[in-house]
Amino acid sequence: MLDVLIFATLNGVVTGLLLFMLAAGLTLIFSMMGVLNFAHASFYMLGAYCAYSISLYFGFWVGLLVAPLIVGVLGALIERYGLRRVHQSGHVAELVFTFGLAFLIEESVQFFWGRDTKNYQSPDILDFALFTLFGQEFSAYRGFMIAISVGIFIGLYFVLTRTRIGIIIQAAITHPKTVANLGHNVPLIFMGVFGAGTALAGLAGVIAGPVLTTFPGMAVVLGSIVFVIVVIGGLGSLAGAFIASLLIGLLQSYAIASDVGMQDLLNVFGIDFPYDHPLADLWGLTLPQIAPILPFLLLILVLIFRPTGLLGKREE
Amino acid sequence: MLEVTNLHAYYGKSHILHGVSFNVQQGEIVSLLGRNGVGRSTTVKTIMGEVEPHGSIRFKGEELVGKKSFEIAHRGLGYVPENRDIFPTLTVRQNLVLGMKSTKATGRWTLDEVFDMFPNLSERADVAGGVLSGGEQQMLCMCRTLMGDPDMIMIDEPTEGLAPMIVEQVGNLLQEIAKRGVAILLVEQKFSIALRISQRVYIMGHGKIVYEGTPASLMQADDVRAEWLEV
Repeated sequence: MLDVLIFATLNGVVTGLLLFMLAAGLTLIFSMMGVLNFAHASFYMLGAYCAYSISLYFGFWVGLLVAPLIVGVLGALIERYGLRRVHQSGHVAELVFTFGLAFLIEESVQFFWGRDTKNYQSPDILDFALFTLFGQEFSAYRGFMIAISVGIFIGLYFVLTRTRIGIIIQAAITHPKTVANLGHNVPLIFMGVFGAGTALAGLAGVIAGPVLTTFPGMAVVLGSIVFVIVVIGGLGSLAGAFIASLLIGLLQSYAIASDVGMQDLLNVFGIDFPYDHPLADLWGLTLPQIAPILPFLLLILVLIFRPTGLLGKREE
Repeated sequence: MLEVTNLHAYYGKSHILHGVSFNVQQGEIVSLLGRNGVGRSTTVKTIMGEVEPHGSIRFKGEELVGKKSFEIAHRGLGYVPENRDIFPTLTVRQNLVLGMKSTKATGRWTLDEVFDMFPNLSERADVAGGVLSGGEQQMLCMCRTLMGDPDMIMIDEPTEGLAPMIVEQVGNLLQEIAKRGVAILLVEQKFSIALRISQRVYIMGHGKIVYEGTPASLMQADDVRAEWLEV
């Protein structure tokens, strides 16, 4: 039991931190532009594919460094020459633009890399068990994922709260005109944040690709969950996104690791249903089966009981 | 230093400024007076590029029309808005650092000097700007603009909602700023502070300049004050 709990926690933390890398960029971009970037998870996918191609020629580590840069530069260019122009036409136009962009990236990925799953491998140097507990191995690559994610979180926190550029970004989120009047190039800051946000998504793709498989549907799989996270955390709240990411990661991990079914729960209350009942499929469900929908259930609960999210603020 | 000629501005289809012309020389304190709604704030917002300008705005000989707000600020024109716009979640020190255009810049004002001048700000350096009193926020907002080392600052209603003692302090600070060669355009509704510290005054009415003179001449022009300033 303890071994299941420990490994479920570790896996939940890995997933949660990975989700945070995506949610952090999405939250920052939303805070600045006031619009959800529906193409955000597509940059995550693009990161994985770019890193896969680079790794074929130059190895995993070059891909780890270069792919997020490529995705970040692409994101910055899209902000500069696409989103900024569309911004003048309002939020609806921006949403439609990011929707279209998501489709464009997905189709492009399928066009250039094909529809099959890519054999994107983790590096050989990390192909060993970091530790063995209760007879179960925890791979070094998952440890590496945690290290990268924690490093990014600490770096992001340090930059945003302890550096001048971070202070400017924080101020530009809430008071862009005032920041411009103080001599700071706000559009350039926005472009930089968009680029950094997409680069983070790309980095998440690079490190997730070998574990969660690199295929054209990977953006769709994670994209919806990332939106759930930013809503649960509170739109625009980075700390909220962090808490929600870990919450979702752990929730799903515990659900998958558990061996509890509806039948077990009903038995606790002394209810027993026959197996030939027309609704038998319903109470035949197990928690691992409903794990993928748990984030959405949580989203509904949060929207009912705390519509602003965990750390979000109500708009005045 | 600042030469505004035949400036027009619009909010949508509303014509707000109808050919405003005035100038401010180096180290001078000039007040722009007038009742609410005559276009004083719009004038400074237009000069800063927040509202699209039509006409000519020359600063240190260079045309500002068509330039963005941050480019104008980089040319040495500072702006303290009416609503103060303190960054409430940032500390006093962070608010001041934000005013610096570059970490390498060594201007007329340093953090230490600002803290020496305002012990209140120094004592509360690590407190969030949002919890300061109105007077402290006004001081912080002015000091934040000074950290960018402007050659001229435009201050919109700095005494709005402040106690008389704080208004006195604001006036003293403006004079101290001018002594260091920084020109000041003071946008005010109350003409008492403007008359005390200004070298010249302009009065606006109906979106244009309707009077230009010195504080002494304005004091003698009872009819002008009655028509354009007194409520």
